[in-house]
Amino acid sequence: MMSIIESSEIFKSFGKTKALNDISFSVDESEIFGFIGPDGAGKTTLFRIITTLLLPDEGCMKVFGKDSVKDYREIRKNIGYMPGRFSLYQDLTVEENLNFYATVFGTTVRENYDLISDIYSHIEPFRKRLAGQLSGGMKQKLALSCALIHKPGLLVLDEPTTGVDAVSRSEFWEMLSKLRRHKITILVSTPYMDEAMRCDKVALIQEGRILAIDTPARIRDGFTRKLFTVKSSSKYKLLNVLRKFPDTLTAYPFGDSVHVTFVNDKINDTFNSFLEKEGINDAVTGESEAGIEDRFLELMERDDK
Amino acid sequence: MRTILYLIRKEFIQIFRNKFISKAIFAVPIVQMLLLVPAITFELKDVRLAIIDKDMTPESRGLISKLEGSSFFKVTFSTFSEKEAENLLLRNKNGVILHIPSGFGKDLITGNGGKLMVSVDAINASSAQLSWAYLNGVIRDYNAGLITENIGVASLSPLPRITITNRYWYNEELNYKYYMLPGILVILVTAIGFLLAGLNMVREKEIGTIEQINVTPVRKYHFIIAKMVPFLLIGLVDLALGLVIGKLAFNIPFEGSILLMFFGATLFLIAVLGLAVFISTFSGTQQQYMFVAFFCMIVFILMSGIFTPYDSMPQWAQDFNLINPVAYLMRINRMVMLKGSTIYDISTELLSLAVIAVCFTTLAVRRYRKTA
Repeated sequence: MMSIIESSEIFKSFGKTKALNDISFSVDESEIFGFIGPDGAGKTTLFRIITTLLLPDEGCMKVFGKDSVKDYREIRKNIGYMPGRFSLYQDLTVEENLNFYATVFGTTVRENYDLISDIYSHIEPFRKRLAGQLSGGMKQKLALSCALIHKPGLLVLDEPTTGVDAVSRSEFWEMLSKLRRHKITILVSTPYMDEAMRCDKVALIQEGRILAIDTPARIRDGFTRKLFTVKSSSKYKLLNVLRKFPDTLTAYPFGDSVHVTFVNDKINDTFNSFLEKEGINDAVTGESEAGIEDRFLELMERDDK
Repeated sequence: MRTILYLIRKEFIQIFRNKFISKAIFAVPIVQMLLLVPAITFELKDVRLAIIDKDMTPESRGLISKLEGSSFFKVTFSTFSEKEAENLLLRNKNGVILHIPSGFGKDLITGNGGKLMVSVDAINASSAQLSWAYLNGVIRDYNAGLITENIGVASLSPLPRITITNRYWYNEELNYKYYMLPGILVILVTAIGFLLAGLNMVREKEIGTIEQINVTPVRKYHFIIAKMVPFLLIGLVDLALGLVIGKLAFNIPFEGSILLMFFGATLFLIAVLGLAVFISTFSGTQQQYMFVAFFCMIVFILMSGIFTPYDSMPQWAQDFNLINPVAYLMRINRMVMLKGSTIYDISTELLSLAVIAVCFTTLAVRRYRKTA
């Protein structure tokens, strides 16, 4: 199988800020490859290098086996890019935008309609509406349609689900999985860790460095400590108290509980009395299977130290 | 080619969908022509004159009535106090003070020759010189009249005199509207070329749409041509509109070939649009662009010779004007409209504009980066 993206030792700085620090990875055909990381981790910079919009300071980026600096023209023909910011023409209609991008890539909407029909059918009733007047979810579908209209071999989506409601987010990932059938490789970035499980492969990125690359399941299994959950009605106070407890290794809020790990992987005898002394009387403690987010937080924490 | 046409179509859709711009494109030339052409004039009329008549003789009154009768002057104030008259000058209430000392009439009659004093507000040097020249003319006239009156025509010895007959070519009545209108048309086209296309380009950057275009196979010269062509056409349409208004409202003469003038304007617009796109490649925001473009525009327009005679500028300014497209179009418009100059007469200007157009556009295409 051929690698669609082959990144070797990419460095990029803006002034004194090291945006990307030794980034190497490869993406296989028809894969959904996710970059997970907080804001400012370097995801957008990396994507701009892959889409030939930015030149790396060092290292070599190959897309479809072609060099991103020398053969950028070849790469651009076969890439669909959806920037993080909505960047279609707001003063053109839905239809005009789609036709525009089809023409610019030397194709027509009709030619590749089957590829986008799943997505575009949602917004087709509004095809005469100006893109600027669409709702967030619809804008996102239009942007995806426009990025797909020339049947690209690689789809690059920069934080497509940021600022989109939970239902639309889930819908969006369904659409991406369906695209795999068409042999389209998808590179996607997101700050939401829960979306990692939807990818075939994920890379965890922080401060310009990749902390881990693997399938989501294997990354999750890298979590070897025993995980405990603690619940209380006063969650914020609980979190602070847990972090003060001497045996606590990590404590992170997760939904309605706090995920905690301890030295020696067991709850110390003094734990309950410590909580009560600090004013938490209704703590409920349990054990839990670690999710991928737990592993991410662990990796990021270790990296900070 | 199909891509360029489609890109141009897209620009037009966007321009005409913008409710404000689509109207302003046509309103601006109308307003500009109707407002500026009659307003900008160097003709001097009704110069406000203050008179200090300390003589109060028939002679001094004769001079005053002569001045009152002239269309150049309006006697707005008479006083005996120099201080008061000077105050008026200071407060911009009057432009000229004519001081007639006592004894003026008596000196005239006794043949000693009268003495007058004139003070002119010279904040504006050219209007000061004109006022003085007009006033001088009226006084000379009066003087000649006095001589005839006192000595009689017959007794004048027939001294040989040089008679000069003059004629102002191309603008016989020295009508400033004829002089200014071609210049105002240039300003009009300059504004369209400089501001609209560049701002449009920077706006794509600001909104981020350029990011997605850059990842497409669209070639940069496609993109730049597509940005220039719509505004080139709009510029030409506005020029036509301006000419029609000039004909209807001011009955401006048009001696030369309209086609030739539009050819010159096309070269000019390409040059200006090229420069505008070039500036836009440096600018990240519309504000930055506006500041630089406005500065360039003012320099180009003021140095172009629209108000001041081209040939009387210092040498360095004339040298600068070698790369000033506005200066060339200013000359082309005036020459073609008023003189009826042919393509041979303005070939230097046309050729220079063509060179500038090629240079600026090349610079723009080279400077424009699809990759950071």
